[in-house]
Amino acid sequence: MSILEVNNVSIRYITGDFKDIGLKEYILRKIKKQFNIIEFWADKDITFSLEKGDMLGIIGTNGAGKSTLLKVVSGIMEPTRGRVKREGTIAALLELGSGFDGALTVRENTYLRGAMLGYTRKFMDETYDSIIDFAELREFEHRPFKQLSSGMKSRLAFSIASLVRPDILILDEVLSVGDGAFKKKSEAKMKEIINNGATTILVSHSISQVREMCSKILWLHKGRQIEFGDDVQGICDRYQEFLDGKRTLE
Amino acid sequence: MFKKLLQHRFLFEELVKRDFKTKYKRTVLGVAWSILSPLSMLLVMRLVFTHFFGLRMAHYTTYLFCGNLVFSFFSESTSQGMASLMSNAGIFTKVNVPKYLFLFSKNVQVFINFGLTLLVFFLFCAFDGITFTWKFILLLYPILGLALFNLGVGLILSALFVFFRDIQYLWTIFVQLLMYMSAIFYSIDSYSTAAQNLFLLNPVYLFIRYFRKIVIDGTIPSAWFHLLMLLNITVVLILGFRMYKKNNHKFLYYV
Repeated sequence: MSILEVNNVSIRYITGDFKDIGLKEYILRKIKKQFNIIEFWADKDITFSLEKGDMLGIIGTNGAGKSTLLKVVSGIMEPTRGRVKREGTIAALLELGSGFDGALTVRENTYLRGAMLGYTRKFMDETYDSIIDFAELREFEHRPFKQLSSGMKSRLAFSIASLVRPDILILDEVLSVGDGAFKKKSEAKMKEIINNGATTILVSHSISQVREMCSKILWLHKGRQIEFGDDVQGICDRYQEFLDGKRTLE
Repeated sequence: MFKKLLQHRFLFEELVKRDFKTKYKRTVLGVAWSILSPLSMLLVMRLVFTHFFGLRMAHYTTYLFCGNLVFSFFSESTSQGMASLMSNAGIFTKVNVPKYLFLFSKNVQVFINFGLTLLVFFLFCAFDGITFTWKFILLLYPILGLALFNLGVGLILSALFVFFRDIQYLWTIFVQLLMYMSAIFYSIDSYSTAAQNLFLLNPVYLFIRYFRKIVIDGTIPSAWFHLLMLLNITVVLILGFRMYKKNNHKFLYYV
């Protein structure tokens, strides 16, 4: 039984003139027929499936369509074509630093973020202390969030997010958080979640991390699926060769 | 939808709290400001217009206040609601949450403001020698109705605002024009019957008129009047929700 099935998923992104133009401008350009929309496929025909407990690593250079794919998997976006089938709850930790409100205090932001991640108030009341202690932000508890350093912000974000117990966990470049000491702590925490049996999808630019942790690999390049399989070392080797310029993609 | 709302109750509460705190954190007067601003408007209008319209009309202050109260609720709610979706783009592009929550929480905040002003309104009524009757309970109809109407207009505007940023300026102008057409400081009695009926096309005027009928005249508007209001509310709500449903996954591309 697969817990996540992605079948022939294609995602068309649109950009172009429509962004940041006003109604007047829109009508004018429609009349003059100068209204250009540029369509491009961020992902094309992606197919993979994951079993319970799998740890998928998605690799690829910038603009490969990794983040877009994750947005579709987590339900934030709809695929233009194809189908995503999920079993159970899903939690996506995308770009941890955003979505906070600078004017609110650290405590208020913690609750807000917890609510966004689908926690209950009771759960937040119970775990608030351990979140703050884990993030080592006790003395900043009542300070406005914008006074924190960016490292502190991501520490807090990670601490809240690491409490999720979903069936499918999506991590987009979130493993490398904070300074040396905290990084160690966060990696340990991450492994703990993964060991709890969650199916995990990890996007990382660190190949050694992917090699070490993942059981399956999906390699994307400019929206195309180059390889998918459980031959982790083999795919990573070929990806490394590609990065070194020793291998070209047709 | 209601099931979903219940499921996201905690998030909704936290959003309302956030909207409240970020609005008042930096002002010395805090919540008091939101009452002072309509009151100062009332004061100016009262001073200026009494000589033109107030001499022939009993309870002119209350008449003015009815108009101001209703209209400022409408304009605050819609113009603040308009930006609510856009300003939370950082959240809905990262987390899968119902997008109308942002507008709802903004509207709750404005509604609480309105509630406070309403209390002051009743105080003024007492000073103005208005007799309170059981009919005042019926004010719940225009109050809840207007809250829903604002929500519908807010849904439409906040969705449009994602696509066309200049809606903001157009709406400001529109609201201003609408204010002059809502008979806030003048009476429509001197117009011909045909012209008076034209005022009924203005949804906000209906709410104002309902207030005045109950508070000043002590009469209950006709059943048709109720239905007309209900029709307006239903139309904007359906339109608004359809826009959200249709564009739910499109907003993402425009932020």
